[in-house]
Amino acid sequence: MKNDFRARNHPAYWAFIVHRTSGLLLTFFLPLHFWALGQAFHGAAGLDRFLDWTQNPLVKFAETGLVLLLSAHMAGGARLLMIEFLDWREWQKTLLAVAAGVSLVAVMAFLLNLV
Amino acid sequence: MENLQVRIWRGKENGDFQEFEVPRQESQTVLDVVTYVQRKCDPTLSYRFACRVGVCGSCAMTVNGVSRWTCRTHVDKVAEDNKVEIAPLRNLPVIKDLVTDMSEFFDKWAKARGRFAGSTTRKAEFAQVSPESKERKRVDAGIECIGCGVCYSACDVVTWNKDYLGPAALNRAWTLINDVRDTERAERLAAVAGDAGCHACHTHLNCTERCPKGLSPTAGIAGLKRAVLAATLSGEI
Repeated sequence: MKNDFRARNHPAYWAFIVHRTSGLLLTFFLPLHFWALGQAFHGAAGLDRFLDWTQNPLVKFAETGLVLLLSAHMAGGARLLMIEFLDWREWQKTLLAVAAGVSLVAVMAFLLNLV
Repeated sequence: MENLQVRIWRGKENGDFQEFEVPRQESQTVLDVVTYVQRKCDPTLSYRFACRVGVCGSCAMTVNGVSRWTCRTHVDKVAEDNKVEIAPLRNLPVIKDLVTDMSEFFDKWAKARGRFAGSTTRKAEFAQVSPESKERKRVDAGIECIGCGVCYSACDVVTWNKDYLGPAALNRAWTLINDVRDTERAERLAAVAGDAGCHACHTHLNCTERCPKGLSPTAGIAGLKRAVLAATLSGEI
């Protein structure tokens, strides 16, 4: 017999889901990112046109999602590294809240910079 | 108090939940509920228990979807709308009703070299191990395991990889790695270093979250990962 969502309904498991999901979505974003950088091969004008397009408010807003993915994945990854490489201390359980906080602060800072 | 609505798993891997009504009592545990059903409603119900006080580790079951020791789980704590669902532990073959075959769970302790190997005889003096030493403190943090199988049942990696040694066996290996009297450190590190060993852990912390003794097998597994890495780099294994 297998576990269902009830067995997994705790913060550390949510952190796993966030880490895995953000990692996968960032993997899909990376080819797009390299394609955008690759525009430079076709001359400055092509890249500039693309960069101008990214100033579109909608694209800027979408970037917030990207920043959330990046900050969540990075903060969650740092949390995992601290659990794996440091001797266990009770405060490591609260690292989860710290990681979530750092991630949200990064997104807020990005949004503040937008408006 | 209103009667408790109880759904209990009947059968083997294939089976179904059977419903019972059990009178509520003050400080009633889930094991009390199962015992009531077996004694008053259906004597063919199979379940396992021994000490009833959280020492023996034999009464673990899945209660409302979560692996728990039932003898120290109060109904008040887990009942939802006066309902409790009781099923056998996950990740283990079901023998009948609430009884699982725990052979693979304990076989994996042996595979992780969970047996102490000393170098002295019973005639030797007691070993002196300072309670303040780093190793002893690490042993203390993991030694109270009662082998109930809750962590094994809660672990997703066990579900994904049937060969995975599991949190309890790895926690046992970690306590022995830190036992300064033990003589099989290298063999034990090699035993837990494979694909089904410590490196398979995804750090979900299901085991840490569910361990009824409040241990953190995740911490021991992380320690094993570091010890295996150090032993590999130094050529010990």
